[in-house]
This record gives sequence, structure tokens and C-alpha cells, in this order.
Amino acid sequence: MTTQDPARDTSAAAAAGPTAAPDRGADIVGWAGGVDTVPHAGDSPGELQPYADLGLRDDEYQRIRQVLGRRPTQSELAMYSIMWSEHCSYKSSKVHLRQFGEKASTSDRLLAGIGENAGVVRVSDELAVTFKVESHNHPSFVEPYQGAATGVGGIVRDILAMGARPVAVMDPLRFGAADHPDTARVLPGVVAGVGGYGNRLGLPNIGGEVVFDPCYQGNPLVNALCVGVLPIDRLQNKAAAGDGNVVVLMGAKTGRDGIGGVSVLASATFDEGSEQRRPSVQVGDPFIEKLLIEACLELYDEQLVVGIQDLGGAGLTCALAETAAAAGTGMRVWLERVPLREASMEPHEILASESQERMLLVVEPEKLEAVLKTAEKWGVLATAIGEVTPRGADGEPGRLVVTWRDHLVVDVPPGSLADDGPVYNRPMREPADLILLQADRAETLPRPSDPEALRQTVLRMIASPNLADKTWVTEQYDRYVLGNTVLAQPEDSGVIRIDERSGIGIALSVDGNGRYARLDPYHGAKLALAEAYRNVAVSGAKPIAVTDCLNFGSPEDPGVMWQFAEAVRGIADGCGELGIPVTGGNVSFYNQTGAAAIHPTPVVGVLGVLDDVADRVPMGFVPREDGHDQIYLLGETHVELSGSEWAWATHEHLGGVPPRVDLDRERAIADLMAVAARGGHLSSAHDLSDGGLAQVLVESCLRRGVGARVTLPERFTDGSMPFVFLFSESAGRVLVSVPRGHEKAFTGLAAEQGVPCELIGVTDPAGGALELHGQFQLSLAELRAAHSATLPRLFGGAELATPPVGQQAEESAATAAPTAPVEEPAAAVVPVETATPASSESEPGGPSESA
Amino acid sequence: MTARVGVVTFPGSLDDGDAARAVRIAGAEPVRLWHADPQLHGVDAVVLPGGFSYGDYLRCGAIARFAGVMETIVDAARAGLPVLGICNGFQILCEAHLLPGALTRNQHLHFRNRDQVLRIESAGTAWTNAFQPGQEVLIPVKNGEGCYVADAATLDQLEAEGRVVARYVGNPNGSQRDIAAITNSAGNVVGIMPHPEHAVEELTGPSLDGLGFFTSALKHLVETAA
Repeated sequence: MTTQDPARDTSAAAAAGPTAAPDRGADIVGWAGGVDTVPHAGDSPGELQPYADLGLRDDEYQRIRQVLGRRPTQSELAMYSIMWSEHCSYKSSKVHLRQFGEKASTSDRLLAGIGENAGVVRVSDELAVTFKVESHNHPSFVEPYQGAATGVGGIVRDILAMGARPVAVMDPLRFGAADHPDTARVLPGVVAGVGGYGNRLGLPNIGGEVVFDPCYQGNPLVNALCVGVLPIDRLQNKAAAGDGNVVVLMGAKTGRDGIGGVSVLASATFDEGSEQRRPSVQVGDPFIEKLLIEACLELYDEQLVVGIQDLGGAGLTCALAETAAAAGTGMRVWLERVPLREASMEPHEILASESQERMLLVVEPEKLEAVLKTAEKWGVLATAIGEVTPRGADGEPGRLVVTWRDHLVVDVPPGSLADDGPVYNRPMREPADLILLQADRAETLPRPSDPEALRQTVLRMIASPNLADKTWVTEQYDRYVLGNTVLAQPEDSGVIRIDERSGIGIALSVDGNGRYARLDPYHGAKLALAEAYRNVAVSGAKPIAVTDCLNFGSPEDPGVMWQFAEAVRGIADGCGELGIPVTGGNVSFYNQTGAAAIHPTPVVGVLGVLDDVADRVPMGFVPREDGHDQIYLLGETHVELSGSEWAWATHEHLGGVPPRVDLDRERAIADLMAVAARGGHLSSAHDLSDGGLAQVLVESCLRRGVGARVTLPERFTDGSMPFVFLFSESAGRVLVSVPRGHEKAFTGLAAEQGVPCELIGVTDPAGGALELHGQFQLSLAELRAAHSATLPRLFGGAELATPPVGQQAEESAATAAPTAPVEEPAAAVVPVETATPASSESEPGGPSESA
Repeated sequence: MTARVGVVTFPGSLDDGDAARAVRIAGAEPVRLWHADPQLHGVDAVVLPGGFSYGDYLRCGAIARFAGVMETIVDAARAGLPVLGICNGFQILCEAHLLPGALTRNQHLHFRNRDQVLRIESAGTAWTNAFQPGQEVLIPVKNGEGCYVADAATLDQLEAEGRVVARYVGNPNGSQRDIAAITNSAGNVVGIMPHPEHAVEELTGPSLDGLGFFTSALKHLVETAA
């Protein structure tokens, strides 16, 4: 372990007094040994600097010179270029994101919001939850395993920095066409990376999405969500307060990996030179991160840190600038104290490195020893690298002063890096093709209208890559670790118990639909919000907060910028209407190869709270020896096929306008579900989205191997209307099953909330089939075979396609004698039925279990 | 008197809290043991939990074998202390030569997490006496390196001496002879790849079958004390 106390440092600069900014003339050597210093920069105003190569515009470079009153040093230039990059400064998105604050209803649950490392919401008198979703798109295309792995690592540190213990992760993933050769490179690597990092950290993966679309071919989207739990009084902040406090770098050594990750990779479109960017991808070490988590939590509990910030994009530069700027203080850093992997690293590289698994702590001097001791206990490096310095005599914020081997290499106002980056009102214009696209409605496409065609359509649709069973992916994630996972993929939302005594828990879902957003970004974003909200609600939880990851093409394209603005407006309006705040998130621009941008893809995460996780409602029909549950469809089904999975999978058609969204209805459904769940009126509940009712019926049947008999409502019996009933993607719908004796109570509650509720069938535990009366009957085995074969066929591991365990479990567990009795049939997990081996993605209306 | 069951935490242990919970639900008192502390603090049995003890980037459990606490555990195990190694714990027991064979990369090369049916083959160990031979139980499996291998002579010997404790019904990782759990010749040390500690609560597990492993140890302690 490296421990260097600034007080014992014998360097000339330190001897001059650690709290005083170094004297530029006396102790600090000028231009020497190839290091560009502040004095040298002052003496050589005309020296050419490669600012354009670092992604800075002419006017941005001029502004830096104005701020400093001279040209920046090489180190300073590196710092400004990354802090003023799109990724760090939000320069194109800032003006739009303000709506999240302006339109939000006030919430007394919100303890920390946008601008912090992650939003924090109160869920009980003692406990708070923090959660956020972030992108790691560009690195994951260049190097899928490490890109995805470090995406998980980065978001976990954000959660950790708020004072929380991370308790679960989720990963919304989007890839190019499922059968494209490059998808076979990217997907397995990304999935292995998500699992390889999350599994080693001991965080259950409880849900996410796996979506295929050719628009993501050159720009896969790897978003990662983490959620953490903290006692309210353990909330941490990043302000480097307190003159003379020690700045400690804890965690991994600093190497050359990830240099330029945010400025080079995440703030530019891919082109033919993209292969050379591999060194910009960070490399993860989850073991160190695990140690870092435990060490930080111990430090919080012993109240040993004043401020803390994770090192992510922009590395040390960002952490130093943000912690100092947040407190208004200055900071003095001795860069040579940073433990390096490569001794030859130059100061600008140390400042820009995005090496993973590092945290910056601000510690009172008398507590430094205890901090170092805790780090040592967990076997992580902790090194005092600097000190907090006072504000200026005039009350002005202090300065960030960095030396390297006695050379003064940085002397800047930290706020100029962290807060005063450029802000752009970029030009926006509705894409010229949108009118024609919207006129080309999928409702005019030929639809199946006879029973056999309908039957074939069901089998084909549940096997299509976006609707197929995602077990191949989710089996690679640990969903059990920590022992609090109550629901995980393929359920609509992941549910985690956060307090074993009270049973209080949280539900989380992430959803997005790029096709809807392409057709109408405003309503597409609202639909993503509505779906995530509904997914949380159907588990019985009360939705309380929102995070978002906004994945778009280049902001320099006015069409993309318009899509972005519309999507932000949609989410902000939607959250206002639903009465829940956006607590934080992330913008990812430049998801674009050449001129081809991805579909605008706002991914929305919704957090809900359950007072008792025993009330949670799972998605699968419940096996009963003594009868049938009634199946009701909530909401209204319209002829809404534009943007649907059917239109895409069958006709490769994308056109028209997406389904209507009615957030009042969504709210009513959520209220109904919460009351019905608490009252024990629900056996199962499953949200309808991609793939419509057909997908949801199949998933509900396959989850626990329970058949169903469904009757078409009168108005859906003619012509192609049975097809519409099964495949329309109208929003605001939920399929529920209600146990005998609860029908009146449930329908009464639905009427009270004004939620349309129609009895469409019964579960049929003994039948082993899904029957649509007068149309077709499909055995569960046939459905399962179609649903579960697709991903193994595409990505290898044919034996993964065979479901040896589930089938056998269902049969053999009947003879197995559980060592403990099973109580309460409704709430209890019956061993036989959950023997289904595999799980899949909680993708919207997503695919289900192979059993 | 309540039995005291130690649960070892290595820096990269992940399921240590879950193992402690399972011990508590089974009716014993969990005692947390720290990898660098060679003291066993008077525990009556020890669980080596799942996880990645020291990162385990090279050979799982190879470093953990040399941990301070392991030297004590190896001696105590040879003297009859009941020891259960789960997943990473199984790997460590093999590395420490308390159990024969090794756990290698899953044949399909993926980490795999699924609810797994096991057949209990030997109910004569300190950790499986609550089961019946031939009984099938449902326990989560989750590992990347869970493929059990040993030379043919060792496998034959394990079979002949009734030391195969549990087999997979539907092999999830390519383990030789479907072996999921084995024991030492005394029957006090058991290594199991699947995770019984994840099948102890209705809310969070696929069954309650995992509890039997922990109640077995308690029963064993009572019987050997008598």
C-alpha cells in the first residue's frame, strides 16, 4: 500500500506550504524534460496546440485561453478537451434537459437529484434508494467484453459514491440484426462482459432488454443500470469541503487505458479509422471494484470521509474538478504521488486516464490514518495525493493547482472545467422523411384472417429474435446472489427485498422502443416511460422515480437534435403527468456510423416501492390442482399495428404513428394493481407491449407450464379482428389472472378506478395448451420449442436450446420431497413450478421462460 | 445450546451473507470468520461460501488455499470438523486437497445460472443426512468453472466408496459422471457446486430444499456429541 502524507513530503513544492499555491517563479521548474508547464505556457503564447484533434472547436479553444489569460498547458488542454466534450459537459443537451427539473412535480421523497452521481429517493423513514442508468455504447462496439464490463463497473461506482451499497444491476442491450455476422461477435462479448463483471461483484442481474434492429448494426447500445440502498443518514456528497483536508485516491493503479474514452470515443461518430480506438477502451478488474465497495462502505459507516467521488469518464480530471467546484474550494495535487501501472506516464496522461476501479476521497487529516487502515484491511491502495486549499481572499472559488515532479502543470479555476463548459442551442429540424414515414401506416398491411394463418403467425412471432426467449443471455447472469431477489427476468420488473425484517422492497424496470421513437419521438419517449411505469405497477409496486438513458445519433445533425428535443419533452411531460420525478440519467450522442444514425432510443427506468415484497405479483399463470383462475384483459385494444413487432418481423415495415398513450389510464392501472396486489386479488399480472396479447399469453403460460383457454370478445371475431386482438400493441393494457372468489372484488376495484376490464378466459393447469376458442390450439411443448430455440440457434451452444432441467424438473419434482413444507399456495413459491431452469429478459412484453 | 457455524469471508466472497442467513434459518448461530484470521473462534462447523475468493482470475481457489484461516480449517477438517464448500468453497477444498479432483471451466464456456435438479446419492455425510438416497432436490446452480474432473481411478474410487454426494439431473456444465457434490472418506467435508443457501426461503429461492444441507450439519453435531 502506498501512503504518502503531504505533511511528510519533502519536495520543494510541498515544503513551500501545502495550502499555498506554488510560487510560479521560485520552486517550480519551467519547461524542462519535455513537460509543458504553466510558466512555459505563459512564455510561449504562440505555440501551436492540437486542440482540434482533441475534439475542441476554435471558439472553445479561444475561450480556454480567455479563462486562463494564456494558452493552456498540455495537461490543461487535455483536461478542458475531456471536460468540455459532449459526454462530460452535456453541451448539446443541457438546454433541453432543464425541462426535467422545470416540469417535475415536487416530490418529498427526492433526497438528491440531477447533477449528483445518481438520484436518491426516500423509500421509508430510514432507508433510501439510489439508481441510475448509463450508456457504454461506443466502447462496447470496439471491444464488446471490456466495454460492457466497465459499463457495469462505472454505474456501480456512481451508486457507491452516493453512500449506498449496490444491490442489483440491469442491462438494456440493443444489437444489429440478429443474424448479422457482426452481431455474433458483439452480443456474446457484451453478454459475457456484463456477466463477467456483475457476477464477480456479487450483484444480481434482475432484468433488462435484448433488442435487435439493423439500425444498431454499427452502434450497439449497451446501457447499464445499478440500484443501491442506503440508510438516509449515510448519504454522501462530492464536495471537497474543508481547507487542509486530504485528497485521497483509492483503488486501482492508474494506467494508460481509456485515455480519450469520453472525448475520442463517446463524442464522435464511428468512421473508417475506428479500429485505432481500441486503446481508448478501459479494462476492468471487478475484484478490485468489489474490494473498493467494501472499503467505501466501511469508511461511510465509520464516518471517515467528508466527500467522495468516483472516477469514471474523464478520470482524475473530472473527479478533481467536480469535487473542488462543488465546494468552491481550491485543490493542490502532487501528481507524482498517483500510483501508476506504467512509470513512464506523463502528467496529461495521468490526468486523462480512465483506468477503472478508483475513487477520490476527501478526508480530515486526523482521520487519514484510519482511512488508510481500512483500505489496507481490504487490500486496496489508498494514497494521499493532495489537499483542499481555501477560497481566494476575495471569496472567489479556489484554484486547482497540479504539480508533477515540481513542475507546475495545471493552474485553473475548477468551475471552468466542471460547470462552465460551452452550452449550445443546436439547430433542430424535423427529419424531412418523417411525414412520408408517418403516412405509410402498418394498419394497411395484409393481415392473416383464417385460423391456420393465425396459428402460424403466433408460432413465428414468438420465435422472432425480439420476442424469443432470452435465456441464452440471462443464464449468464447471477440472479440469486445477496439472497434478496424476489423477481428477476423474464418477469416484467425485477423486485428486490431491501429490508429483511419489514419486507420492504423495490421494483425496477427499464424499457425503450426505438421504432416508436423513430415514428414519433415525443410519443415514443412517453410510451417508453408508460411501459416501464406499467411494468413496475403490475408487480404491485408503487412507481416513485425515473432515470433515463437517451441514446441518439449526432447532435450536429438537426434532424437528430429535433428527435432528441422531442424525446426529452415527452419524458418531461410524461413525468409531470404521472407525478414522478426524473432523478438522473445519461445522454449518449453520436451513436451514428457515417450519416446513418440509430433510431432515437430513449431508454427509461422506473423505480417502484413495495411495502412488503410478499405482495409482489409474478407474471406467470399459477398451477392449481383445484381449478382455474379467471383471465381478464385490462385496458382497450385498438387497431394499432404501426411500429409493431409484427409489422417489422413479418413485413420489415416501419411506418405510421405509434400507439396512443394515455398516462391518466396508466396511473389508474397502477393504482388498481397496487390495491389489488395488497388485497391478494391477483394470481398473476403481465404487461402488454411488443408482440401484443399473443406474446403475453404465451409467456404467462410457459412461465410455470400452465395452459389457458381464451375466448375472443364479440367485436374481435370477424375477418382479421382475431389477429388484431392478438397482435395490436395498444398501450395501457395488462393481462391478469384472478383466483376464484376474488372476481367480484377485483372487477369492483377496476370499475372504481375506471379501468376497462374484460373477462377473456380461464387458466387451464391440466390442459397443457393455449387455446383460442374457434381459432387454434397450441400445446405448451410446441410453443416452448418455438420460443426457446432462436437464440441458441443464432449464438451457438445448441445444448443450451434443449431445456433439460426445466422439463425434468417439472416432471421429477413431483416426486421430489421438499425438505420443508410449502405454505400459502398463492404467495409461496412452489418448488415444482419454479423449477423452470432459465430465465429471460424482462423486455417489454418480452420473451419468456423456457421450461 | 445453539450450534455455531462459521462462514468464512475472503475478500472476494459473494455468497457469505447468504450462507450466514441459511445457517440462521436452519436454527444455528452464524459466526463470521475472516480470511486473514487463523482463529476459528470455537465454531462447530464451517461453510466456505461462493464467490471469487481473491479474484480467481487464474485458477479458482488456488490462492485461497493459502489463506491464514484455511490452514486452521484444513487441520480441523482432518480432525473431523464438518466443512461445507459451496461453489468457490468446493474449488478451495479441492485446491487444499481436502477433496480430490478439480473444478474446471464449464464445457460450454459460459457462466450458467439455472434452477437445477440434483439427485442425492449419499445421505451419509455430515451435510446430507437429512435427505434420503435417491431423493431429488431443486437448488440453483451458478458458475463459470463448475465442471468437475478427476482421473478415472479417482472417480471409480469415489463411486466405490459412496463418496459421490449428489449428481446433476441434466448436467449443466459437463461435469464428469454428472457429479455435483463429493465428500471425503470421513464424510465430514463436502464440496458442492450448486448453491443450497439460495434455496432456503419461499420468497427468494426456487424451493426450500437447500435447508436440508444446513439442518443435516446440526443433526450431525447433536449425534456426534451424544
